[in-house]
Amino acid sequence: MAQVSIQEDVLIGVPDEPRLIGGKCPDCGNHVFPMQKDCPKCTGNQIEEVELSTRGTLWTWTVQGFPPKAPPYIGETDPSSFESYGVGYVELPGEVKVEARLTESNPERLEVGMEMELTVVPLKTDEQGNEIVTFAFRPVENK
Amino acid sequence: MHDVAIVGIGMHEFGRHDGISGMDQGVVAVRRALADARCEWEDLEFAFGGSKDAGSPDTMVSRLGLTGLQFINVHNGCATGGSALISAYNAIRSGTFDIGIAVGFDKHERGAFRVRTRGDRMEWYGESGMALTTQFFGMKINRYMHDFGISQNTLAKVSAKAFRNGAINPMAWRRKPLSEEEVLESAMLSYPLTQYMFCSPGEGGVAIVLVRADKAKEYTDNPVFLKSCVVKSRRFGSFEVFSPHLANEFSVGPTVDASNAAFEMAGIGPEDIDIAQLQDTESGAEVMHMAENGFCEHGEQESMIQNGETEIDGKFPVNTDGGCLANGEPIGASGLRQVYENVLQLRGDAGERQVPNDPRTAYTHVYGAPGISGVTILSR
Ligand SMILES: [Zn+2]
Repeated sequence: MAQVSIQEDVLIGVPDEPRLIGGKCPDCGNHVFPMQKDCPKCTGNQIEEVELSTRGTLWTWTVQGFPPKAPPYIGETDPSSFESYGVGYVELPGEVKVEARLTESNPERLEVGMEMELTVVPLKTDEQGNEIVTFAFRPVENK
Repeated sequence: MHDVAIVGIGMHEFGRHDGISGMDQGVVAVRRALADARCEWEDLEFAFGGSKDAGSPDTMVSRLGLTGLQFINVHNGCATGGSALISAYNAIRSGTFDIGIAVGFDKHERGAFRVRTRGDRMEWYGESGMALTTQFFGMKINRYMHDFGISQNTLAKVSAKAFRNGAINPMAWRRKPLSEEEVLESAMLSYPLTQYMFCSPGEGGVAIVLVRADKAKEYTDNPVFLKSCVVKSRRFGSFEVFSPHLANEFSVGPTVDASNAAFEMAGIGPEDIDIAQLQDTESGAEVMHMAENGFCEHGEQESMIQNGETEIDGKFPVNTDGGCLANGEPIGASGLRQVYENVLQLRGDAGERQVPNDPRTAYTHVYGAPGISGVTILSR
């Protein structure tokens, strides 16, 4: 089964080398995600597309404990098979904090400041049999 | 510039009212406010009306009277009610009008607010399961607890207080007290926040009659003066709901900006406020908003709440009517509900939940998507 990105101008490199597409302002150095031309920091409008870092630290987090409404959510919403998932902001050094799904959903194993890296998680299988994935961060295993 | 007085307040009960439209509730609130101000609809020169999901407020003229008054609809996210009020305030302050009304009402579908992100290349955000206000609140308080040592038990105490206050408020939705244990043991919706730490979208209506201050005595023996009324949007670097990214650099949110501006306008400080209604979309928000509005240092809330200082009979009563937690959040009406409660308290008319400290100044604060905050300061 092939994995496809939820949106190609946000998440590329699925499945093996995922990258988030953000932007960097040439005037003030501010980063944005997702890409937008307008800069909320300096009011410029020439932001250029960049691939964001794939590693950072967990700035804050929560656990989504109930099925979101569908639409807009396309993942599992049946209360009997829904599984809680983590959501957090991961601070990419020198860039931005990105809001993302987390692969970890156990509060005991989530901690502000922990090292995280980019990956993908499946949401659903479409009519063509492709697995639609979105981006997520997972704790970096200490070797 | 003219001073502005509140001379009439009216409310339709908050809660769930099958068979009663949001507009019906707005009309009831207006009629009650007019009766309270001992005046008629045809006396009003203008109206500002706010509703998110319950129709265009200006169409209520066909129910209340086709008098030709200026009626402007206000739609400004979670600050919709507060924005109707600031519009009315400025209309009188500027000298354009002498008397008018701010009305807000709403009726939302059950469950968490559904967010529509279609058509602006943001579909992936909702599709990925991140377009939920509940997550923002969980993440903001989780970080705040980490930084400032707030305990989960304190969050439960805030909810228990809200439901206790709601139980003695005849206009409230949730009128059953809940213990801290019941709050903590309810379903974990968005860690560290449980079901009973969150308010729900609801229904209700509130109307406020405002006049030029020098005419107030024509309408009431107990005028309450609107000393300041401020709405602020976010600045770069603040942490707001529905942000796919945050800047690494930090700036204070719109609540701090609105609070500072409101105190400056009123010429007083946080130490002069006797009672406050603070946005408590969830119990963590009440905790954070105590400090963001200048009423304590970050982290001080832990001992203040554990010591009961924010109870009705405490040193600094907060959310005496049960707040959003016990009243629900009909967006168009929510900010005006806080003003309604403060007017009752300043008049000494709050009945069983009247604060005993003989309040002279009162404070309201709303916060919501997409990073907007409204503050009022009232005095008698
Ligand atoms: Zn810039």
